[in-house]
Amino acid sequence: MAISLNYISRDPAASVFASVSSDVGVGLRYLLYFAPALPILVLPHWAHAASFQNAMQPAGIQAEKILDLWWLTLGICTVVFIAVLAAFLYAVWRAPRANEQTGADISPLRSVEPLSKRAVLLAVAASTVLLFVLLIADVMTDRALAQLPLGDGIHIELTGHRWWWEARYTADPPSRMFNTANELHIPVGKPVVISLKSSDVIHSFWVPNLHGKKDLIPGRTTTITLRADKPGIYRGQCAEFCGYQHAKMALLVIAEPEAEYEAWAEQQRQSAAQPTTEPAIAGQQIFLGTTCISCHTVQGTPAQASLGPDLTHIASRQTIAAGTLPNTRAHLTAWVKDPQKIKLMANMPSSPLSGDELQAVIAYLETLK
Amino acid sequence: MNIPVTERIVHDGTPDSTELLAQTWSDPPGLIGWLSAVNHKAIGRRFIITTLGFFGAGGVLAALMRMQLMRPENDLIGMDLYNQLFSLHGTTMMFLFAVPVMQAVAIYLLPLMLGARSVAFPRMNAFAYWIFLFGGLMIYIAFLFNTGPDAGWFAYAPLTESEYSPGKRIDFWAQMITFTEVSALLEAIVIITTIFKLRAPGMRLNRMPLYVWAMLVTSFMILFAMPSVMLASTGLITDRLVNTHFYRPGDGGDPVLWQHLFWFFGHPEVYLIFIPGLGFLSAIIETFSRRPIFGYPAMVLALIATAFLGFGLWVHHMFAVNLPDLGKTFFTAASLLIAIPTATQIFCWIATLWKGRLNLRTPLLFVLAFFFILLMGGLTGLMLASVSLDLQVHDTYFVVAHLHYVLIGGAVFPLFGAIYYWFPKFTGRLMDERLGKWNFWLFFIGFNVAFFPMHILGLYGMPRRIYTYPEDMGWSAMNFTSTLGAVTIAVSMLLFVFNAIRSYRSGAMAENNPWSGGTLEWATDSPPSPHNFDVVPVVHGRYPLWEEQAKPEHVTGLAANHREQLITSVIDASPDHRSSFPEPSIWPFLSAIAVSILFIGSIYTPWAVVWASIPVAIALTAWFWPRKKETQHDLALEKSP
Repeated sequence: MAISLNYISRDPAASVFASVSSDVGVGLRYLLYFAPALPILVLPHWAHAASFQNAMQPAGIQAEKILDLWWLTLGICTVVFIAVLAAFLYAVWRAPRANEQTGADISPLRSVEPLSKRAVLLAVAASTVLLFVLLIADVMTDRALAQLPLGDGIHIELTGHRWWWEARYTADPPSRMFNTANELHIPVGKPVVISLKSSDVIHSFWVPNLHGKKDLIPGRTTTITLRADKPGIYRGQCAEFCGYQHAKMALLVIAEPEAEYEAWAEQQRQSAAQPTTEPAIAGQQIFLGTTCISCHTVQGTPAQASLGPDLTHIASRQTIAAGTLPNTRAHLTAWVKDPQKIKLMANMPSSPLSGDELQAVIAYLETLK
Repeated sequence: MNIPVTERIVHDGTPDSTELLAQTWSDPPGLIGWLSAVNHKAIGRRFIITTLGFFGAGGVLAALMRMQLMRPENDLIGMDLYNQLFSLHGTTMMFLFAVPVMQAVAIYLLPLMLGARSVAFPRMNAFAYWIFLFGGLMIYIAFLFNTGPDAGWFAYAPLTESEYSPGKRIDFWAQMITFTEVSALLEAIVIITTIFKLRAPGMRLNRMPLYVWAMLVTSFMILFAMPSVMLASTGLITDRLVNTHFYRPGDGGDPVLWQHLFWFFGHPEVYLIFIPGLGFLSAIIETFSRRPIFGYPAMVLALIATAFLGFGLWVHHMFAVNLPDLGKTFFTAASLLIAIPTATQIFCWIATLWKGRLNLRTPLLFVLAFFFILLMGGLTGLMLASVSLDLQVHDTYFVVAHLHYVLIGGAVFPLFGAIYYWFPKFTGRLMDERLGKWNFWLFFIGFNVAFFPMHILGLYGMPRRIYTYPEDMGWSAMNFTSTLGAVTIAVSMLLFVFNAIRSYRSGAMAENNPWSGGTLEWATDSPPSPHNFDVVPVVHGRYPLWEEQAKPEHVTGLAANHREQLITSVIDASPDHRSSFPEPSIWPFLSAIAVSILFIGSIYTPWAVVWASIPVAIALTAWFWPRKKETQHDLALEKSP
């Protein structure tokens, strides 16, 4: 598919991922560096956000309905804001000025003020009516969201881990099930039912282009239903604070035409191909002979652990480390060598592999398409 | 003067007699005397300064966060420190600043507004201050030793359970809740009793200033809301300390229970921060528009309605949890409904300004900012009330923007207005107007520059509580702008501190009633004498200083050599009896130390609850042990007809 994300094709050298530093000087230098560029920053590019994680650019029926409600609510609120502020400013503008010597006007303590009373009552009544409009619009939107037809949908079980996403595409018969991680592919136009679970703390699934949030709560199963109507790559990010690396717990949802989706799913169901090149074969030996296999699965090999993401088709994914880095050779090498440098506190330890061994393992991982 | 304890000298209005009265109500000198102080003005002043200190500390944390978020993939502040920064920032602002500062101001002002000599339970009031101070210092000392809370101010389980948060960070947080909530509950009791029983004769409920109503409503909300969070955090402490299973899903507990308990407190919390702000507003608007607030009964009923409705909204913080859809709709309706009482008050204020004659001084400016900022915060609140809109913006920067518009617009701007307004009463000197206007405009502009972009950031997908973000998200420019706004706010705050210190030292001297206000606090000296009023006034209307004084003007017959306070009835404030008020005592301070040892010790071992209860028992026994002097005095009084 010809959709590419800027951030996926980004120059790896430009990224700085040192996690803990207290270099105040860097911040100050940046302030100076930015200051002259400020007018340029503020004017044209100011609110130019990416389109792939954006509630304002819906790609599914639900995000679209929510956006419709947003515009209605924003419209009503803007009118109210302007009206109240105008009344207020007019009141301040028309009122005569006074100072401390001005005697207090206590006449209202003894007489009623029918005009003010009527105006306030009218304003309260108008507010009440507008609030009812909002309530009705909201209930109607909620109903519409709940009424997504679910026939012939695909089912995914998504489990939140600190800090990555485990996905299992359930199917009937079970032999057609497969596992993947941090990247969902879904067919355009078809409903997707995602069961959400958590293996540790509370996370929240949120792909703003498609729908609002749903929490992943340990001990409970929650469900969210989606439908992507436009093909594209949408980024989602954990939205409930889940500890140290909450900021680096993203996932991609790739919506593609059904045929492409089916091809992808079929490929995911396959076991990993045996490596054929020299370094990849050596890499597989090393992979299977070290601690890699105590956490990861590669279908078709003895590696069957599930503490970390399933690597059977890791080379087919666009990112690594839960959306943290584009899946390039350089990043993969850096990650396997020292994950703590990229994502401090992640479960994966630094690898004791020598340079050659590391290269071989990377060569092997790159064959896992 | 050598007066036998049993002799009762009635204050007769002569300077000597008034001198004796002032001496009677003074706190003793020296360090021990300072620690023994029970005068509400001494405690109130310390309390206000302490809470403003925490506001400054919380602001520094916020500034550090803004430095980190100023650019994408910044490595200025590490992940671990950042998580502590935002957790402690929220915790500070909610528990160590916003709620207690409102109580602190009330502790100082209420007796002056009510025509009383003291707050009710002055020793308990002192105890509440000390326990608050110790709790606040504890969490900051823990933070300096890298043991600051790092799971947010909301501390969601099971992230806060020992499995995911080993170490003592969360325990310090949870115990800080115990400290601050004990303090808040005690202060609520002090405030309610003061308002109900210590009003000057004639100040019927319907003659109370609106600010007093606001504090009464706030204090009742505290009584009902705070126990919920104490219960929740105590459950968390026992989960961590002795393996109870309240919130652990694996052991049959439920993490959603935490959310219900926390937000049952957490939402009323917003209103009990914001309602005192509404009280400030009414006080300032009436003085500076030179007329009574329009619609007094509607204003009072709106406050009470807000308090009731405030307890029926908590689930709108939990729309992303799997709760029944129909139930969520109920909370949407309730969340929209609460806009009506607030709107009513705004309309009444506009009606007041419309007909008023405006004295546009700095306090009024801060109030005017309220209209712009809180109105916007309230309207974005309507968006968050909607289930489906909330699902998009929940836990994004949109909510960060919303809550700062509501809390800073609804509470902090009015609070600053209140400080400018009552500063001459507190200190006897006026704050500088020119610096005040600079302070105001920088704050107002900086605030909007810092927080308005966050609305857009949230819609453009930026979640809260992330310490970094990739460059290609397109959030960089808005975050940079926001940081510039934060710097502007910081400058305005420094100006405020400078203005306050300079004015305190060398500001223009203030008369008793520099703004020509209509309520009783302006009838006392600036700053007030230890006994507040030489003679206790009798009140005949809502604005004793604006309306013509009627007879009788004041109460006679209270002693000058004993701490006597006239107690009046709840509804009509008709004189009921004379009550002897306690003398200064070191024991509230020592009790607070003993209780702090128990609280902090139980972070480390459950046995601390057992052994540390011994010093607590000793201190409390000494506190309440009858003193011969007081007993003799009371007995002497009983004999006299």
